[in-house]
Amino acid sequence: MTLESHAETAAKSGFAGRSPGVRRAILVLSRVWAWIFLVALILIFTMTTKIYQQVDFLTVRNSQNILVEIVPVLLMGLGQTFVIIAGGIDLSVGWVMGMASVVSATVIVALLPTGIGEGLSILFGFAAGLITAMIPGFINGVIIAKLKIPSFIVTLGMSFIARGIAYLISGGNVVIGMPLGVRNFGNESLIYLQGGNVYFLQRPDVTGIALRSLDRVFTYPVVVAAIVVGIAIFVLRKTRFGRHTYAIGGSAEAASRAGIRVDRHTIILYTLSGLTVGLAGVLHTARFNGGSPIAGDPLLLSSIAAVIIGGVSMFGGHGNIVGTVIGALIIALLTTGLVMLNVQPFWQYIVVGVVVILAVLIDQGRDLIIGRMKAE
Amino acid sequence: MEPLLSVKGLVKKFGGLVAVNHVDFDVYPGEVVGLVGDNAAGKSTLIKCISGVYQAEAGEIYFEGKPVRFSLPIEARDAGIETIYQDLALAGNLNVSANIFMGREVEKPYLGGLVKVLDEKFMLRESEKVLNTLDIRFPSLIEEIDKLSGGQRQAVAIARAMYWQARMMIMDEPTNNLGVVEQRKVIEIIQHLRDQGIPVILISHTLPDVFAVTNRIVVMHRGRKVTEKLTAETNSQEIVQYMVGALDDTRAA
Repeated sequence: MTLESHAETAAKSGFAGRSPGVRRAILVLSRVWAWIFLVALILIFTMTTKIYQQVDFLTVRNSQNILVEIVPVLLMGLGQTFVIIAGGIDLSVGWVMGMASVVSATVIVALLPTGIGEGLSILFGFAAGLITAMIPGFINGVIIAKLKIPSFIVTLGMSFIARGIAYLISGGNVVIGMPLGVRNFGNESLIYLQGGNVYFLQRPDVTGIALRSLDRVFTYPVVVAAIVVGIAIFVLRKTRFGRHTYAIGGSAEAASRAGIRVDRHTIILYTLSGLTVGLAGVLHTARFNGGSPIAGDPLLLSSIAAVIIGGVSMFGGHGNIVGTVIGALIIALLTTGLVMLNVQPFWQYIVVGVVVILAVLIDQGRDLIIGRMKAE
Repeated sequence: MEPLLSVKGLVKKFGGLVAVNHVDFDVYPGEVVGLVGDNAAGKSTLIKCISGVYQAEAGEIYFEGKPVRFSLPIEARDAGIETIYQDLALAGNLNVSANIFMGREVEKPYLGGLVKVLDEKFMLRESEKVLNTLDIRFPSLIEEIDKLSGGQRQAVAIARAMYWQARMMIMDEPTNNLGVVEQRKVIEIIQHLRDQGIPVILISHTLPDVFAVTNRIVVMHRGRKVTEKLTAETNSQEIVQYMVGALDDTRAA
């Protein structure tokens, strides 16, 4: 015997009330709209930049610039995706990233004169950046899990604390004096393209105009970020840890009754968020050849926007990593494309804002349609 | 026959309020016991003492002949006492199979044992099996719980308890908020459990449901057990009189 579907509260919405076929189409569209939007953006910018500015949008250089640009936003967004799926939010990521950047640079500067060598100094410096970023994450997790204070408040407070620490360590300045290895790690790449030649791992010895036309494909930070993205996708989709993350976001009460150690899981989630943010900070130090306390602050809201555009529900329980990657790409494409079109850069904020709101509207529209379908 | 669950002289106080006042009661294998009473009669508190949510101030609980003291719900569940709560304790964003295996997911080695991944196929297959034993069919086991009806969700919660070899089940108002057809289905599932030898404690306001499925009825009033009747030897008028306090066996004795 099949259980009869029982009428639930009927959703009231104009466009959700169309015929089943239309509704199903809207439903499918609402799931893949971000992909379509991404492709559409590329097409539109390719055409408009060609027509109005006579430049190519889809170039190796451009694509690599966009990838380099999204690394910090994406890394912040990864930990954030896990945290938000589990029903929380981490507002501390911006200043924790700055703190990690400053700590890694400071440790490297301090270790260099000790004579342990450039390689080890950089290694310990980066490790110090990662570990110090995990500490505020861990503390966030403990306070949220054990003292039951909303994540919004705890991580907001932690954001100020990390900001203070970042400024105290750096004296409010950029920490400079990095050895060459740091900048190389942040800027050199797996593949080089120059005048039709392809070089692997070894930068061709060119100067002047030839150096300027040298294209770096897959710089090390991009490679590192890609690996971390791969791991995050795997963990969230395939492992028990990922499943528990969704379960907690769906109902922490149910998860706890089912024997999931919700407190422990929450603490791990915020600590991991710290780790990915720490990685963003360390990579910032490498890319810009110095530790900057303000490295992450402007990126916090972009990272949350990327997560939302990617379809992660702010109420928890829904979303995935691929969505966040697409979200980050959409933001970066918009920014780059508008700049290339010579539109005043301030417009990019307005466009991103509109897209964020649209993304949530589309998600809600989908929920309304599902509600309607259930009611019938 | 030995009782599976035996509660003796259980007392639970909240400050000055005695929510459960020296209650004794037994549950035998293969029976359904109805636990009824007006609001604030102490039914839910009694159940929560048994399932480890609350700890009683006095009295003993014996399960399978051994004294037990559960300090957490998970301990009661590990012992085989499953409680199906009113709010169901399911994660609405997960599918049927993921809910049945929630917290006890089955993994398989991956990349030569380097890491472990969820064994979705196994969990789907097992979920289907246990739903079949309860004679429940779903259009799809990968449907999110949120998209199912109240009765279907109730069925998932019961199936989960079944799969994890519950020795006894406690159901708190399982037919609340359900349509007529689904209420009947839940009653059928309870009968199914009883036939398979799993006793059920059924807490309900709906007397017709209680009479439809129970062997015995325990009535509570203001924290005390006021009577215990074989379902076949009583009727709803009598039970209602006990529920409102008009009749009281302990007072007569």
